[in-house]
Amino acid sequence: MRNIASLVFSVGLAFLLLVIAAQLGFGHTPMVVGTDILAGAAQDVGAANIVTAIVFGYRGFDTLGEISILFAAATAAGLVLGHRRAGAADDPRGGLILGAGAELLFPMLVLVGIYIVIHGHLTPGGGFQGGVVLAAAFFVAVIAEPSKRVNHAAIQVIEGLAGAAYIVIGIWALVEDGSFLKPMLDHGVMGQLLSAGTMPLLSSAVGIKVGSELAGLLAHISESEAGEP
Amino acid sequence: MVWITLVIVLLVLVSSVAVLALDSLIGAAVASSVASLGVSVLFVIVLAPDVALTEAAVGAGLSGVVMALGLRRLGLWRLEGDRGAAHPLTTTAERLAAPKAPVEQGPTEGGNRHA
Repeated sequence: MRNIASLVFSVGLAFLLLVIAAQLGFGHTPMVVGTDILAGAAQDVGAANIVTAIVFGYRGFDTLGEISILFAAATAAGLVLGHRRAGAADDPRGGLILGAGAELLFPMLVLVGIYIVIHGHLTPGGGFQGGVVLAAAFFVAVIAEPSKRVNHAAIQVIEGLAGAAYIVIGIWALVEDGSFLKPMLDHGVMGQLLSAGTMPLLSSAVGIKVGSELAGLLAHISESEAGEP
Repeated sequence: MVWITLVIVLLVLVSSVAVLALDSLIGAAVASSVASLGVSVLFVIVLAPDVALTEAAVGAGLSGVVMALGLRRLGLWRLEGDRGAAHPLTTTAERLAAPKAPVEQGPTEGGNRHA
């Protein structure tokens, strides 16, 4: 019965996708908004990386939705995982290779993460990607030395401030110019680090928020006690 | 360039099948990370470096770690020395070999999985 149900589901899904694929001309997008953005992004927001221009400029409100979803997911995971008993045993230490590797990798990963975050409007990347790299940097340190406790209160404060900064920038644009999260400030010279108006600020806020959120979540999962087999 | 693409597509396909076929759950998690890494190289080839960065950081990096930690939380995978005192010089190789090591009591990993 279950097999038949899944067969019907797969056939239906394949049919749906085939119909959609047959309707689309290969290599031709049915929407014109992409062409418009490509033509006008350089004048509108002044960012060299058009993907970031869309994420933080044209679709800033969607990005706010995305970070809210991530926040809800991290909160739910924290609720499900529960608290650690006081006397629970720590994981074994990571050993020589992992320890030395973590010490070597940590500064490099932090540097790469910060670079990706603050150059989001110039080179590929942006707040989300750089934030994940930052979270990975801190998590490598946790794996190598599991007995060290992560300061969850500090992480939550940083995360909350970064999320609030994103909304404050949006409200500032709303008060100043009449639309929420509209790119503000001078565009500057395209290609310079300080250009594209508020976009580097939004990117940094998202980067710090995603980084601290994921680092706290990973630390929480790894701190939770191993289950009984 | 065509050959690079073909080799990587093959790698992605093989590792995706390995996710389904492997008996060891931690092996399946690693295979899914390898598939994501291959897909991120494909994204670079089709000139989508932003997506490639996301795929490499989230798909190959974070999701593998989250799956491994989840397996550990469910008791399907143990680090060496989880029970008893930790040896100070446990190497990465030993930790990777941990799922093969017999657990002191109770069913083995494979038995538990099919139970």
